[in-house]
Amino acid sequence: MILKGKVWKFGNNIDTDAIIPARYLTTSDPAELAKHVMEDADAEFPSKVSKGDMIIAESNFGCGSSREHAPIALKAAGIQGVVANSFARIFYRNCFNIGLPIFESEEAVKGIQEGDNIEVDADSGVIKNLTKDEEYTAKPIPPFMQELIAAGGLIEWTKKRLG
Amino acid sequence: MILSVFALLKALIHLTNSDYLLYISFKSFLKNLYYFEQFLGGIVNITEKILAAHVGRDEVSAGELINAKVDVILANDITAPIAITEFRKTGAKNVCDKDKIALIPDHFAPQKDIQAAEQCKMLREFSKEHDLSLYFEVGKMGVEHALLPEQGIVLPGDLVIGADSHTCTYGALGAFSTGVGSTDVASAMATGECWFKVPEAMKFVYHGKLNKWVSGKDLILHTIGDIGVDGALYRSMEFEGEAINAMSMSGRMTMCNMAIEAGGKNGIMVPDSTTVEYVKGRAKRDYKLYTTDSDSSYVDVREYDVSKIMPTVSCPHLPSNTKVAADLSNITIDQVVVGSCTNGRIEDMREAAEVIKGKKVNSNVRLIVIPATQEIFLQAMKEGLAEIFVNAGAVFSTPTCGPCLGGHMGILAKGERAIATTNRNFVGRMGHPESEVYLSNPAVAAASAIMGRIATPEEVQ
Repeated sequence: MILKGKVWKFGNNIDTDAIIPARYLTTSDPAELAKHVMEDADAEFPSKVSKGDMIIAESNFGCGSSREHAPIALKAAGIQGVVANSFARIFYRNCFNIGLPIFESEEAVKGIQEGDNIEVDADSGVIKNLTKDEEYTAKPIPPFMQELIAAGGLIEWTKKRLG
Repeated sequence: MILSVFALLKALIHLTNSDYLLYISFKSFLKNLYYFEQFLGGIVNITEKILAAHVGRDEVSAGELINAKVDVILANDITAPIAITEFRKTGAKNVCDKDKIALIPDHFAPQKDIQAAEQCKMLREFSKEHDLSLYFEVGKMGVEHALLPEQGIVLPGDLVIGADSHTCTYGALGAFSTGVGSTDVASAMATGECWFKVPEAMKFVYHGKLNKWVSGKDLILHTIGDIGVDGALYRSMEFEGEAINAMSMSGRMTMCNMAIEAGGKNGIMVPDSTTVEYVKGRAKRDYKLYTTDSDSSYVDVREYDVSKIMPTVSCPHLPSNTKVAADLSNITIDQVVVGSCTNGRIEDMREAAEVIKGKKVNSNVRLIVIPATQEIFLQAMKEGLAEIFVNAGAVFSTPTCGPCLGGHMGILAKGERAIATTNRNFVGRMGHPESEVYLSNPAVAAASAIMGRIATPEEVQ
């Protein structure tokens, strides 16, 4: 799977309250959540983001609350994937469970600037910076996570187990 | 034999760790030793023992991916609606066990608006449909992480998952418990299992005796200030030492509750007589006390002399941004919240009441006191604590997570500032994105309510 898109860049410790503030959690409708995605990190973000864009962030992206509304809001806003130095663990598992592709790569985070166009090969973990003509590598995705992705997320994987 | 040589080497290197270079090499040696011992097997910490028991094996190793049986599955009125929707997609007709699934409307409950009411209704209807025994209606419910231990629903040796990040609280009982997502809960409700990566372990040792007005909250804030909000990312945080041994279950729960604020997968303490005393009379089923092997290795060991730790406050906008409360006396406040899964237990109510008794809340401040469960509410009434708060000019509320996450019952306006006994001070956490939250223990929060600025209990005594 190849993901190609324009980059929005964020810093360290972007928490799930910033990704989707709790004041909007009286619904789990993806389209409603998408209207407020990243609002407390950048109030203009919901109007700026376009379908197919990517997020690059520094360390500990998705820390704080376990709310699955966070990756749901990102996905529904059209974000194709997130590349970061590291992810908070509940956010990390939520992304694999619901099928939002995420990648860990310190060199990509260092090299990519906001507005750059990038191309990520989700299978090989190779990240190309089309704007700067650079190439970076993401950490390999563990085999079990690949199994989840191949199944189409945790629910499909669970369905298979239940037979 | 090999293992005792390791223990000896560890002890020798430990003796010389005052030298920085040796300390660094000690840490890297310790980490390598950790992986080597993991490879050899045989020496296991409490987290690994509990995980192994739940996959029917003698041991598991850090980094390994496992599917483990879970004892309790938890979700609340924000996270359960997604879990219920996703559960239906699995095609499962029945839940794995009607006595293992706890659904607790506590975040936006008592129902704050129509949308919140619709979400709570989903929990009620799903619980009826599947005859769930652990559904707690308003009137019986409390803040989930205070309620489940109080009611003896989570017990030592359990493996607990919850679609709420503060599920790590139950590590204080000697259980493995961790926050997961709603889809994880959906899958677990169908299969009774959940996937985990066995975490590496860090150890935190607290030597000495606590100073007056210093509690578990200060130790954990100090620790997060030391290691950072991702200092224990993906890892198990094992707490021990003289100060932990002397601590009540309430303080222990406060500490494990905030393991997530350091990125930890779980916080855990080896159960002792205090644990057993707490569980006695609450447990309605068997439980198991696990321990940590004395030669267990850790990727990092942090040691603290608690006699040097003073009442501590986390400043906006990260729990790791800690300062000593006494150094913040120039910070004026508009609101104080005493409550939450972190500090809403009866001991916390007593601590705040002791400071505020006979005094008045500052005219510039709203003080909101929220006992975390109905039982705590009643106990606070019996002990006269509710009266102390109301006479001081505070509100004394029914249980809810409410203001902690900016839900209801005390939201901050633009530019307002609060000090709270809660667990997070992220941007916009308690209301407007331009409001601020400071985190503290209940005594500092109560003193601040009187002074109208951040204050220590000594200042008002």
